[in-house]
Amino acid sequence: MNCQKCESEDAVIHLTQIVDAEMKTLHLCERCAAEKGLETSTVPESFPLTDFLAKMGPEDRVPAEHVPKPSCSFCGLEFSEFKELGRLGCPHCWSAFEGQLRGLLRRIHGGSQHLGKVYLSPDPSASEMEKRLETLRRKLHRAVELEEFERAAELRDEIRAAEPVG
Amino acid sequence: MRDFGLTWLDASGEFADIVLSTRVRLARNLQGHAFGPRARFNDRTAVLDQVRGVKSRVDFLEDAEIQELRELDLRPRRILLERRLASKDLMGESGSPPAPGTAVVLAPDRLISVMVNEEDHLRLQTLLSGLRLREAWNLLDSLDDELGRELPYAYHHEFGFLTSCPTNVGTGLRASVLMHLPALVLTKEIGKVLQGLSQVGLTFRGLYGEGSEVVGNFFQLSNQTTLGKSEEDLVDHLDRIVRQVIQYETHARQVLLRDAASVTEDKIWRAYGLLSHARTLTFEELMNLLSGVRLGASLKLLPGLRVYSLNKIMIFSQPAHLEEAAGRDLSPAESDAHRAALVRRILSSEGVVTPDEDTSDENGAREAPR
Repeated sequence: MNCQKCESEDAVIHLTQIVDAEMKTLHLCERCAAEKGLETSTVPESFPLTDFLAKMGPEDRVPAEHVPKPSCSFCGLEFSEFKELGRLGCPHCWSAFEGQLRGLLRRIHGGSQHLGKVYLSPDPSASEMEKRLETLRRKLHRAVELEEFERAAELRDEIRAAEPVG
Repeated sequence: MRDFGLTWLDASGEFADIVLSTRVRLARNLQGHAFGPRARFNDRTAVLDQVRGVKSRVDFLEDAEIQELRELDLRPRRILLERRLASKDLMGESGSPPAPGTAVVLAPDRLISVMVNEEDHLRLQTLLSGLRLREAWNLLDSLDDELGRELPYAYHHEFGFLTSCPTNVGTGLRASVLMHLPALVLTKEIGKVLQGLSQVGLTFRGLYGEGSEVVGNFFQLSNQTTLGKSEEDLVDHLDRIVRQVIQYETHARQVLLRDAASVTEDKIWRAYGLLSHARTLTFEELMNLLSGVRLGASLKLLPGLRVYSLNKIMIFSQPAHLEEAAGRDLSPAESDAHRAALVRRILSSEGVVTPDEDTSDENGAREAPR
């Protein structure tokens, strides 16, 4: 079958489209298809972490013996190991390699600032009631941020009821 | 553990014929311990001990069962995997026992489960029927609030919840929706839809998550990024796109019925015929035929067939489930025979399926097996 556009080359791409609720099939050669801007594969764009990692870090060009190898003081993971594995060793690694990771996060997520839930570590000395209040206050804060005012009013009442008198 | 992780099968959720299930998971890690891949014996057991220690103080886990994977035989472990309650990662290297401290926390009544000592210390997850993203998130949010009050999570003021892999950091949230999109595949529109996903920050996978093949026209759509947006934004964004994809699929189904009615009907009835009579079925063949039958049930071309039964077939025809039902190990050939028998039994229990008079040209409509 010849290409429906140039009518000379073999048609290798058969495009079925639904246009205005009509099913139409178009037979095109590779060149005409490319001219129409058609992608021929359905492979999802993937962003393998190792690709990002390979692109980062001009520090590789500095001879290794002249700079101390950056490593995590808690678990001992070296940054070069992270680049190989794509996995960090422990929570402390995130502070140890903060600068490099910030750049990486911008490339993966488009930014490095977390905008989700705010977390406060449990304070072992806080009483059950204080912990509960703290959680409620955080929920209230989020409800207001999200402009869920009905929910916010409920939470406010819940906090008032739970707060110690005085 | 017979009924764990099966509530989503009931097809009670919104758009349950197109959206099989909604899954949301949160990755969390505890302060002071190395992450999964580098965790030592002490880290692993300490993490599991901490989870055990707070169980009684967390409402959500009141009736939960903590199941250490090492204590389970191979078959029950594979059943957990087939029900998507445990990941391949959690199973450890094939042929060797699971790593110490790996466990699943199962709270079937609360619709939640937790994987312990996977790539991250904790993976909280829920699996619901149909499209119920907000509900799934709210459920996990509450569990997370409770757990986070008892366990010291690793958290960074800028980067958010810290994870082993930078692709999960921030919210630690991965929401995914399992969709059945046969009409988009048949009309060859699926490529465009899937390509569009990456442009709006979403990604797709096959039935069993990362790295798995797309079989039976089942696609798992999920968020690609986890940082820089609130959990609500991530979930709502996915919800909007999924609703759009449902519209495309519904539209493509209408086009099929209008422009290719006889071919479509033939495909559906052939699939039904094979499924209700075959004596052996590989899992892949089953999934492909099930896709046709599912389309038929959804279009009401196979009246009397419930989506629930088709969901049930999907889960119980998996190898470990078949072995569990048989009470013994099965060779691949035996497995295919048991699978076909199970499918015949479930389909015939649905009662007589007869073609709708309006959609069939032939007179003297054929008998469906009883």
